[in-house]
Amino acid sequence: MTTPLVEVENAQLHYKVGSAVSAMFGLPSVVKAVDGINFRLNKGESVGLLGESGCGKTSVGRLLVRLEEVTGGSARFDGAEIADLKGAELRRFRSRSQMIFQNPFDAVNPRYSIKKTMAEPLGNAGIAKLEWHDRIIKALELVRLAEPEQYLDRFPHQLSGGQLQRVVMARALILEPDFVVADEPVSMLDVSVRAGVLNVFRDVRDKLGLTAIYISHDLALVRYVCERTIVMYLGRIMEDGPTENIVRDPLHPYTQALVAAVPTPNADQSHEPLPIGRGAPDPRNPPSGCVFRDRCPKAFARCAVDVPLPQKIRNRDVACHLFDEAM
Amino acid sequence: MKTSSFQSWAGNMNEPLLSVKDLSIAYQVPGLDVVAVSRAFFDVPKGAIVGLVGESGCGKTTMARAFTRIIADNAKITEGSMLFDGQDLAKLSEKAMNDLRWRDIAFVPQSAMNSLDPVYRVEYQLNEVLRGRGGLSRAQARKRAVELFELVGIEANRLRDFPHQFSGGMRQRVAIALALALNPKLIVADEPVTALDVIVQRQILDQMRDLQRDLGISIIIVTHDISVVAYICDRTVVMYAGEVVEDCDTKTLLSAPLHPYTMGLKNAFPDIASAGSGMLTPISGAPPDLARPPSGCRFAARCPFATDHCRAVSPTLRQFAAGHSVACHRADEAVVLRGKAENPATWGEMA
Amino acid sequence: MLEAIASRGKIRRMFGALKVPVGDNFAVAGLIIYVLFMLTAIFAPVLAPFDPTEILYSTDYELASDLLPGQEGHILGTTSLGRDIFSQIVFGARSALLVGLTAAFMVAFIGTIVGLLAGYFGGWIDMILMRLADVAFGIPFLPFVIVISAFLEPSIWNTVIAMALVLWRDTARVIRSQVLTLRSRGYVEAARVAGSSDLKIIVRHIAPNIVPLSLLYGSIAIGWAILTEASISFLGFGDPDSISWGYMLQDAFASQALSRQAYHWFIPPGMAIIFVVSAGFFISRGYENLLFPKLGR
Repeated sequence: MTTPLVEVENAQLHYKVGSAVSAMFGLPSVVKAVDGINFRLNKGESVGLLGESGCGKTSVGRLLVRLEEVTGGSARFDGAEIADLKGAELRRFRSRSQMIFQNPFDAVNPRYSIKKTMAEPLGNAGIAKLEWHDRIIKALELVRLAEPEQYLDRFPHQLSGGQLQRVVMARALILEPDFVVADEPVSMLDVSVRAGVLNVFRDVRDKLGLTAIYISHDLALVRYVCERTIVMYLGRIMEDGPTENIVRDPLHPYTQALVAAVPTPNADQSHEPLPIGRGAPDPRNPPSGCVFRDRCPKAFARCAVDVPLPQKIRNRDVACHLFDEAM
Repeated sequence: MKTSSFQSWAGNMNEPLLSVKDLSIAYQVPGLDVVAVSRAFFDVPKGAIVGLVGESGCGKTTMARAFTRIIADNAKITEGSMLFDGQDLAKLSEKAMNDLRWRDIAFVPQSAMNSLDPVYRVEYQLNEVLRGRGGLSRAQARKRAVELFELVGIEANRLRDFPHQFSGGMRQRVAIALALALNPKLIVADEPVTALDVIVQRQILDQMRDLQRDLGISIIIVTHDISVVAYICDRTVVMYAGEVVEDCDTKTLLSAPLHPYTMGLKNAFPDIASAGSGMLTPISGAPPDLARPPSGCRFAARCPFATDHCRAVSPTLRQFAAGHSVACHRADEAVVLRGKAENPATWGEMA
Repeated sequence: MLEAIASRGKIRRMFGALKVPVGDNFAVAGLIIYVLFMLTAIFAPVLAPFDPTEILYSTDYELASDLLPGQEGHILGTTSLGRDIFSQIVFGARSALLVGLTAAFMVAFIGTIVGLLAGYFGGWIDMILMRLADVAFGIPFLPFVIVISAFLEPSIWNTVIAMALVLWRDTARVIRSQVLTLRSRGYVEAARVAGSSDLKIIVRHIAPNIVPLSLLYGSIAIGWAILTEASISFLGFGDPDSISWGYMLQDAFASQALSRQAYHWFIPPGMAIIFVVSAGFFISRGYENLLFPKLGR
């Protein structure tokens, strides 16, 4: 059995907030951005990390590229604990695991030409300067920027959002990584441009055999890109399985609400009220037991007491007491 | 007072609430005029939700802002009229327009949740409108504030909170409550749900539908998302490069569009209900530079069905069928074109 | 006129690279004043007709004291001790600018380094450095300088050191918050993910955005430094061997200039101080426009 490329076991990312004094008054002292996540990624898999704001999906992505470190549990890449990597190993990790950021205009230094921006990872990896030009051109061609030479000396503000995001992608791919985390890569782009960028992403992923995590709150986009989806809520995983199944036959009550909430370009879509309670998830004050219970239409006594563990139902993992064997 | 969508309490049922005729708005930039909206025509019926759809730069925000005349300093309405309840908004004096604002027409700006003043309690900001503009007494204002919060689904005890204590979705509801404060006839909402999570988005859209149904107000929703339009709008106006290219009821727009741009739009949006992950086909290319618009049809450069005639002569908006206007030379062939448009290869050729 | 020169492309680019603020009229005026004073300081021996510390005698073996401006070739007259005032002003420019520029450089340098380290690395480095800054904030500035001068011998350099030990605090605070903002920018995080080392990130991405702020605070510090030096000298704690404008004021005070209506004793040094300090603040206006171009337009 091959080792999964990415292995996350009971990972936690807790932030301390407030002071000793506020804790005395019972005010929340910890924000549990990620609270016990378990999943595995095999080489070549594309997984969508789906959830609303505050669910921890971005934090998980950052953990996997070591922009944050786990405060509990473990996150491993190719067998090695990410947070423990040092020196040459860390450098090697950096060339194998990359991130595509959400806002292209924020993700590149506005004073740098495109050439300089793309050269940065090459310089870090110790690639010979002679090769830089060719590698940069190849990467730009990979993301389908026509006539890439013209972009080299331009500056970020001279490019459109869609073009710049492709540059960001090209920069992430220039060292031919094994693993890419795409953090809502099209959410800041104009809608008419999104399809193009997503198509490029899909293409590139297939061509390079990338293992990818695609973070988004938009189920339709996740479905377009990923064959597997992990649904998160308040730092925990609710459901994990093949995207098509999750969309057609959502098992977890939260997933059901999510799927029902997505509008479609059809005039006769359902206007049924959503099967979910009002309220906004607050990572400072999550409910006890199942974190979704205060909005869940099907919650019952056990939900407030025990944290539901993931169980294999049909071909997915679902963390919900509704599926307990005892029932 | 309950009214259903297409009935009206007073006045002629067929008389639209807002009638835009031949409207043009230009930005005066040193050296030239950039025409952001060019000869727009459409009507907003009473008690209807109308969607204004298009990509960024198409002029929809400019037009939406023009309805309350809060356009930029260097923007001018150069021709046309906007008849609202018998008055031409384009020609009103600033004072008369100011009287209409909030009372008859309210505007919910883009990212409204950031337009709340963070140092004042929400109640205070509501009172600014209720008492300052509406002239209500303190007791009346309090009562109305509670009513409004109930309408948008927030607990009344949160009136005393500050904006930062609300989540993004709730702040958007507060913005809607502000817009509803003085019972306007028309609300213009600029991308009201774009920045929100999908569940909150759905709840807000449902809220807006309830408001339309229960209060009989008309709403204009400016958006780039055709799925939002499909969910909530009775009628849709599609804009491209500053022009209205199609205007009809939403159902027809989605099932039998006449304009190639509309046909292409559908392909670019993922449909969660459809089978499998069909390819998303973007419309390749970009809108023309509005400072130097092309002489023929503005969409011709990206249109797979463009002919030389299209490139030479700009099509005017004409009524094709009852309640359905379109600006396209080949609208008669729409049935055939639609068939071709469904094939992604048609659009791929333009790439 | 400088503007007319500066508007020629090449020179403007050169100035731009040095981040010299030529955009604002006040800043240009400040720069001109600075250049004039610097030239005065450099060419002091040539410009000054007499040695500033030399006690002069008029032709008939009498002290050339209390001479009014214009008498016997003394442009601004002499002090009660017979020293030429004009020469003192000229040489005074040297100590003023020496103190001003050195102290400003040290303040900007220390403050920037501290702010950079604290802001970028955070954690206990940040905590220690910021507590040090808090202590520096708590120290009353002028009394501290006096105490230092009293313990060590009163000299220009001790004044400079004393200033550098205390005045870095403002710069550090501001630079730190700027670094904190920059650190969370996407491209800094992207650089980390791309494998850039901390040093590389600081040098390539953070420092270029920090430098204008350092220069701004540095130019403000010049004014403060000169004023401080003048105050110290006026109070009598300055270097007695060097002639500075503050010393001139002290001399005037001690010789009861006001009651004797000997305006030419204190107005020249006073005006000199005002000009140079104001020039420093004018230049900082130019940086303000560089940094925050939309303010006030």
